[in-house]
Amino acid sequence: MTAYSATVTVRLKEGVLDPEAETTQRALERLGFELDSLSSADQFEIELDADSEERARERVTEMTERLLANPTLHDYEVSLQQR
Amino acid sequence: MTVAVIQFGGSNCDRDTVRALDALGIDADLVWHEDGLPESVDGIVLPGGFSYGDYLRAGAMAAQSPILDAVRERAQDGTPVLGICNGAQIGCEATLTPGAFTINESARFQCEHVHLRVETASTPWTAAYEEGDVVEFPIAHGEGRFEIEDDELDALESDDRVLFRYCNEDGTVTDEANPNGSKHNVAGIVGERETVAVMMPHPERVSLPDLGNTDGQGVLRAFAE
Repeated sequence: MTAYSATVTVRLKEGVLDPEAETTQRALERLGFELDSLSSADQFEIELDADSEERARERVTEMTERLLANPTLHDYEVSLQQR
Repeated sequence: MTVAVIQFGGSNCDRDTVRALDALGIDADLVWHEDGLPESVDGIVLPGGFSYGDYLRAGAMAAQSPILDAVRERAQDGTPVLGICNGAQIGCEATLTPGAFTINESARFQCEHVHLRVETASTPWTAAYEEGDVVEFPIAHGEGRFEIEDDELDALESDDRVLFRYCNEDGTVTDEANPNGSKHNVAGIVGERETVAVMMPHPERVSLPDLGNTDGQGVLRAFAE
């Protein structure tokens, strides 16, 4: 078994409204910052042991599809590193 | 008929729902989610509240609770299932119904009365109304904006599975009458089976005659069929 750490980034699909990001952008502008856009994403750090990188990726992907992301709302990315 | 109103940690409309059902002469019991679904149950409500503190996404955690497997099985057998507010979020997260309820366009929690147009009277949940009727229900949610893929929304609409849309007082569906930015003003839908429904507005809060408005009774009467 090899130890892996995975980073899962879950963000809203293009075209899905992000009211919190819009509010955050307005707050930054109120503070005097100039910016063209702001979007937000959730990031999850997962540590796990697996026989291979492929198995580790499969498991993390399943975790993401079952719970961390909602397919109606989100796209996601998984990146994996040996610990 | 005995209706199980399922309590999760953080549910807070469970007792209101039992009381509203009792007032209609429908037998209803609270069921703690860890105790499992009693065999004798022939109707199910997923009530409103803030199950699991809305961690991750509203309804996401409760949707993974083992009792939802039992609810899904019973729903497939035709047992009526109604998700109200947080229960609607749980229902979508558990794929009992398509789409998702997510953060309001205002990014705020909204607690107000809204008008709803009855879009179909040919489901158990709306049989007490006429299509086109305007009813007044309260909403109380921060994550009530209905989001769904365009092709799934087309399918819902062409199959007449939208129960209610947010509208103005005279029944016109407008952007101004849409409290949360829901796609096509959708406030409630049914699943693949018309016996499974989810809705963000609260019928149980407009069902007791002592409180005046009883527009919500029609939805709950589905359990008296």
